[in-house]
Amino acid sequence: MVQCSPHLDASFAALSDPTRRGVIEQLLRQDASITELAQRFQMTLTGMKKHVGVLEQAGLVTTEKVGRVRTCRLGEGALDEEWAWLERYRRMWTARFDALDQVVEELKRKERDDGRKK
Amino acid sequence: MVERSEPVGAKHPTSVERRSDREVIVRRIFDAPARLVFEAWTRPELFKQWWVPKSIGLVLLSLEQDVRVGGGYRLVFDLGDSKTMAFFGKYIEVTPPSRLSWTNEESDDGAVTTVTFEEKDGQTHLTFSELYPTKEALDRNIGSTEGLPEQFTQLDALLPTLI
Repeated sequence: MVQCSPHLDASFAALSDPTRRGVIEQLLRQDASITELAQRFQMTLTGMKKHVGVLEQAGLVTTEKVGRVRTCRLGEGALDEEWAWLERYRRMWTARFDALDQVVEELKRKERDDGRKK
Repeated sequence: MVERSEPVGAKHPTSVERRSDREVIVRRIFDAPARLVFEAWTRPELFKQWWVPKSIGLVLLSLEQDVRVGGGYRLVFDLGDSKTMAFFGKYIEVTPPSRLSWTNEESDDGAVTTVTFEEKDGQTHLTFSELYPTKEALDRNIGSTEGLPEQFTQLDALLPTLI
């Protein structure tokens, strides 16, 4: 039976967006403020706050405001082993399938060329 | 005569889902008929071009594929320091161009892998499934870093550079 935890579902929804995956990647390296993240991903503060909010809801990120700076760091959810494994697995398959795209394109091109020769 | 009309980087997304206690599936769409995608999975000279993409940095030393029911396959990777690792098993279903299934026999509780190729409007909807014999076998692969095949541990180190 499918028994994904609600936590995992929220994680996957949060990670369906490439910017949010990028934010997680960034926070794997080091903590960062919302301002730094907004600059890094070339978006407005408001836009980045929304993304961080979604990640926070999913438990992937926690934030703490000190003075005027809100610092983001990885939440416990992001360290969840199952999630981490699936994310690695997804990346491996993304790399493979992007390579497979090229092989298939080559086959299509050959077929077109052969068709012309006949 | 537009040969390269696709915008650069407009790739189809790859999705991963743990479908049950025992099964993980990967889905992807390809802009080609199923027979061509199937061919790329079943001809060794094509398969080796994408199964180990250059960006992953692993070296495939050898590949044998005898794609027919009961036929075997074997992939050997170079792990450096003259160490190698082999993945092997048998094809248990070969139905061109729609279905391919094989065993993974490098461990006692390896998964059965099934790939389906469903053609819709000239595109191929591909589903890759790994079904483990027990929940524990899947958990051993998912749950701990120690349980991960060496290949994935290696990938882990290299993958951040792929993004």
